[in-house]
Amino acid sequence: MAATPVNPQVIVVGAGPAGIRAAQALAEAGLRPIVIDEGRRDGGQIYRRQPEGFKRSYATLYGSEAGKAQSLHQDFEALRQKIDYRSDTLSWNLTPGMLHTVSQGRAQSLAYDALIICSGATDRLMPVEGWNLAGCYSLGAAQIALKSQACSIGASVVFAGTGPLLYLVAAQYVKAGANVQAVLDTSPALPPLAALRGLLARPRLLLRGLGLIASLRRAGVKVWQGITPLRVEGAPDSGVSGITLRDAHGNKQTIPCDAVALGYHLRAETQLADLAGCDFVFDALSRQWLPRMDGDGRSSMAGIYLAGDGARLLGADGAEAAGRLAALAALHDLGHGQGRTLFKEQAPGLRSTLNTMNNFREGLARAFPWPHQQAATLPDAAVVCRCEAVTAGELRRSVHEMESQEINRAKAFSRVGMGRCQGRYCGHAAAEVVAHAARIPIEDVGRLRSQAPVKPLLMDAQP
Amino acid sequence: MSQDKRSDVLIIGGGLMGVTTAFFLRHHHGLGVTLLERELIGRQASGTNFGNVRRQGRALEQMPLANRAHAVWGRVKSLLGEDIEFLPLGHLRVCYTHEQAAKLEEHARLARPMGLDLELLSADMLRQRYGFFSQEVVAGSLSPLDGHANPRLAGPAFGRAARRAGADILEHQEVVHIEKDGDDFVAHTAAGKTFRAAQLLVASGAWSDKLAAAFDEPVPMEARGPQMGVTEPVPYAIGPSIGVSSPVEEEGLYFRQITRGNIVFGGGLKGPASTETIRAGVRPDNTLRQFRELRRFVPAMARLQLLRVWSGIEGYVADSRPVMGPSARMPGLHYAFGFNGEGFAISLGVGETMAELLATGKTVTPIEAFSIGRFA
Repeated sequence: MAATPVNPQVIVVGAGPAGIRAAQALAEAGLRPIVIDEGRRDGGQIYRRQPEGFKRSYATLYGSEAGKAQSLHQDFEALRQKIDYRSDTLSWNLTPGMLHTVSQGRAQSLAYDALIICSGATDRLMPVEGWNLAGCYSLGAAQIALKSQACSIGASVVFAGTGPLLYLVAAQYVKAGANVQAVLDTSPALPPLAALRGLLARPRLLLRGLGLIASLRRAGVKVWQGITPLRVEGAPDSGVSGITLRDAHGNKQTIPCDAVALGYHLRAETQLADLAGCDFVFDALSRQWLPRMDGDGRSSMAGIYLAGDGARLLGADGAEAAGRLAALAALHDLGHGQGRTLFKEQAPGLRSTLNTMNNFREGLARAFPWPHQQAATLPDAAVVCRCEAVTAGELRRSVHEMESQEINRAKAFSRVGMGRCQGRYCGHAAAEVVAHAARIPIEDVGRLRSQAPVKPLLMDAQP
Repeated sequence: MSQDKRSDVLIIGGGLMGVTTAFFLRHHHGLGVTLLERELIGRQASGTNFGNVRRQGRALEQMPLANRAHAVWGRVKSLLGEDIEFLPLGHLRVCYTHEQAAKLEEHARLARPMGLDLELLSADMLRQRYGFFSQEVVAGSLSPLDGHANPRLAGPAFGRAARRAGADILEHQEVVHIEKDGDDFVAHTAAGKTFRAAQLLVASGAWSDKLAAAFDEPVPMEARGPQMGVTEPVPYAIGPSIGVSSPVEEEGLYFRQITRGNIVFGGGLKGPASTETIRAGVRPDNTLRQFRELRRFVPAMARLQLLRVWSGIEGYVADSRPVMGPSARMPGLHYAFGFNGEGFAISLGVGETMAELLATGKTVTPIEAFSIGRFA
């Protein structure tokens, strides 16, 4: 058995709900963790804080979640003296026992005994013809524009896609006074029974979701479910002018607008786990590859722990519990006396919370399924990879003429996923296009291998 | 038990050396070929290298092979019926010291009678033609007919062309054991299949030394990985591939721009590579060192963003010469491996030469210097 460090160095990546609760648990046990945050301020995406000097109230910014946001921010303020918080810092690479960061052009290599990755999630996107026009944003980006800059993405906005965020952001836009034309959901109005069973794990949240939809309708917003987006209308010079869809009855309709926010629930940010060498497993329900982990957040690699939406999409409340549990598991594994006690006391309760969250997650995945079948009918001319301007037709050509049935192969041949986002936004859809073209199951297409840097790294960086 | 599959030549390894040999064996000589690749065609050294197509700076003993390769590169598009992005835009080497400039001059003098014309450039000429070099650059040497190609596409394209020409190019066939049965070589795969041929070519890159050792011909070789990176796209402006010529290993950088605009770079120290785990990593400190050297070389690079790094597994022979040609011990056995991180450019010549050797028993291209017999 490896020697136990007397004063272990634990690093937490991310200062969203999972990262903050992990750091808090570590500090309670007497450690001084390093918290690496890409953001300028703590809070992550869901509890993103407005820039210093902005004065909107918690109620305005976070609505029904104001209490949770405030409590998390306050707890973090109280922690500041007990942790080594490094904001505006990118974790760009990971090698055994060492996290590599860069901030303001300064690169650093930080040794760790345990690393807790709370890297969060981003929008999951399914391309539609015209989604590369100016004025088409991801749901998350639309939310950031509102929370961080207090502005709308357009004068007349349509929200399209699926998942809880679709309704949440639309409602936040309505509340902020923006002109929301419609909410277009690819999922059916009546979810399957198995979905309801899962959603009932958190009845209050379910009710709040239904309430959101009702409030949108009351505000005069068209809410259509069971739709299929066909095309974002517009021109390269003038940007978005509308969206064409097929409604649940099979009729084609065009809704005029000058901005579209698009998103299909979320995808976990898994590059750091991948660079760490963690095993991944295919999650058939969400049709995505996720790092393998045990119920407490241990990955397949010793010393690497995973929590929050970067590992499983349990939402903000789930992230708080998962962050705390992963930190306690790390302390337990490090042989930390007080940590072991805390772990023994708290792990059962946290696991049971996470279990509830996980049932709800499965309910959401069933109620708002990733509409992978859209990849099959995506026109050849539609752009899949926006960074590299790779079309569905080029991807299909790499399958039919160049014999690529594996996503890294398709990447090598077509350049899909080779641009600034490194496939973080197009990778899932590209894999679906390849699977449909090759007529093989999506899991056989594999997953894009991550390479450093996790995000683009300015080459003025100095050691 | 199923019948052994038989062909004239059996090739172990689906890198560029293997697939080009398979292609020319069919295309030029009409022989029956089976190629066994453990994983996918063109994945390691063949697919992850820089894509340099250069004769400049090459050991003079490789020049005939490089010239032969150069001739094939010139018609590669018509040969394959598809584009592997070969751009004969030149290869430029520059240096930081007058001492090194003298070495570039000497190389130009020695290479000329071997068919390579190099143009020597002063610091002023360099700055006139290429506005981006720092003041530290003092001289250069341009090989106008060299260039670069896309290594991600080359191996698979040759593999498909070989298949179209009638070769059996088999992926996901891991060879676990090879034995001699009379005049034949018999290869057994992990999946329990057997393949048989009178002639065998070992072209398994960094894994070849194990096979050679099994035939009692050990080669001192180690696996290393190139340290590659690519920037975001910027307006197309560079043209030739450009490298620093230096006796200091970590100064040895090179870069090229693809037509899409991204700048691909590599060079400096080699990274760790494991033939056991089939992993080659890019060391973060190497990446940062490359940034420093790139800025010193072309200051404007500081304003670019790095998008991705990668590596692959290459075989480096102790005397820095490839192993190529017939076995010194066993009739029918041949080798083509250990290209020391500079095999991409000459691979098309290696394939043509090895195919000629396997089909006719001799070759017009001198390769004696690369005989495995030198380690006996």
